[in-house]
Amino acid sequence: MFDLARLCLVSLVLALAAPAAAQVQEDLSEFTEKLEIGISTDEISITSDFRGADLTIFGAIDGFDENLLAQGKYSIIVTLEGPKENATVRRKERVFGIWVNTRSMTFELVPESYSLSSTHDIETIAPPGELGNMGIGVDHMRLVPLGFVGDGSNLGEFRNAFRRIRETSGVYQRDPGGVRFISSSLFRASVRLPANVPNGVHIVRAYLFRDGLFVAAKALPLTVVKTGLEQAITRAAHDQPVVYGLFAVLLAVITGWGASLLFRKE
Amino acid sequence: MTVYLPIAELSVNILIILGMGAAVGFLSGMFGVGGGFLITPLLIFYNIPPVVAVATGANQVVASSISGAITHFRRGTIDIKLGTVLLCGGLVGATLGVWLFSLLRRVGQLDLVISLLYVVLLGSVGGLMLWESIGAMRKAAKNQSTPRRRPGQHNWIHGLPLKMRFKKSKIYLSVIPVATLGFAIGILTSIMGVGGGFIMVPAMIYLLRIPTSVVVGTSLFQIVFVSAYTVIVQASTNYTVDIVLAFVLMIAGVIGAQYGVRVGQRLRGEQLRALLALLVLAVGIRLAIELIIPPKDIYSVVSAGFGF
Repeated sequence: MFDLARLCLVSLVLALAAPAAAQVQEDLSEFTEKLEIGISTDEISITSDFRGADLTIFGAIDGFDENLLAQGKYSIIVTLEGPKENATVRRKERVFGIWVNTRSMTFELVPESYSLSSTHDIETIAPPGELGNMGIGVDHMRLVPLGFVGDGSNLGEFRNAFRRIRETSGVYQRDPGGVRFISSSLFRASVRLPANVPNGVHIVRAYLFRDGLFVAAKALPLTVVKTGLEQAITRAAHDQPVVYGLFAVLLAVITGWGASLLFRKE
Repeated sequence: MTVYLPIAELSVNILIILGMGAAVGFLSGMFGVGGGFLITPLLIFYNIPPVVAVATGANQVVASSISGAITHFRRGTIDIKLGTVLLCGGLVGATLGVWLFSLLRRVGQLDLVISLLYVVLLGSVGGLMLWESIGAMRKAAKNQSTPRRRPGQHNWIHGLPLKMRFKKSKIYLSVIPVATLGFAIGILTSIMGVGGGFIMVPAMIYLLRIPTSVVVGTSLFQIVFVSAYTVIVQASTNYTVDIVLAFVLMIAGVIGAQYGVRVGQRLRGEQLRALLALLVLAVGIRLAIELIIPPKDIYSVVSAGFGF
């Protein structure tokens, strides 16, 4: 279990000064507001018995309008997006009495995990069109099919099935209310790291909305490295597959032969 | 008590896996079979992904066959020349099998093909064995001696070209049917995770007319090498050999087998075969039901990555 406290940013200024925080500024000139976020580390190692945890991200709104802030017009969405891979959705149908995968659709580079936290329900933060354009939220995530999909009439059903399965398995999560203001312009967001969080570079993104309009966004990379025996085995299986295979056979030979020697002596 | 399987990517109860390995080991010792055809379906019933179950099953087969193969080698009941011809076919078959495995996996039909092959093979082998053993039991009850076909009889297989003399087996046989048999078993090893002894032994006795004395040892010789080769190829192309799962299974399996052998020696041959036949049929039926009943979710998602 990694130390949760270590993830939490005690001093916002410190994290902003950290060189690891390769920040991407996407602010628009018409707004004076700026968004700053920080996490205490850019890499977390978690052991294999990890059962999920919350990652805390601190942030601040700079150059805000006092009146709008007092009226609660500012909304924040924070997401943690896992590494992207192609994912194939398959649909079974009954063929001659047995259930067979008949149709499939592959979505291009979708995140392996996705956790979202916001000040309130994202549908009330911005209009669906805006969320769709920016790809914020599980329901608005870009799911681009790869290759030929015919007339696209079943695109919707495959997208829905994908979202449903990913949400049920817990790799896609949402927490409306996971972002809280701790002072007038300082906020704290907690996003969930699922138990089966994938290895690789995750991206923490924060979005600032003012009265339904997108104002600014910020992104930070976060590398997740799993440690422990199981991870060492997984890495060996993928990095040194022939050696791994030979070792598996050797283990079988020793076990089989060893047992016959052992039991013969008795 | 749970253990995390790194390749299958799920947590399982170690006691259930140990129990499964011990039970299959016991049965394999009792009936003198490798047990791959039982372990792979059991793992699938326990929600281990079929891709992992098959490749890991092949690894378990290596452990359960090696001691038998060594014993036969010491006793001199292996026809190395015949075994080598079988092995040549087997290695080609296993290579093609792993290729087919990857192809089927890519198009999303692997789980279906594995289940179908098991249903067909277990259904027919189990049915035939049950038929034969019931017949033998009836005859035994009537005190008749079972008429056995002499291995000396010839069929069309013995008319094939490319003949070779196998000194140990004292037969003069074409290499074509031998290599073909090895080839077919090699494909089954890589797609189903079985040793294939339950098909190879009857085929060698009844089709190739190889003397029974060398059949078991020679088939074990081929099984050890073909399954070892399959494990290495599966590990390097599909990354589906779960060493943790395999190790737990083989430890329990080799111990279970020792006790199975002792029990097996006390039972009569035809009774043993009838029991094994019922077991084989039961596993086949269970898999068939799985194919017929509507699945919990008709959709499934697979990710191309191995990032976990």
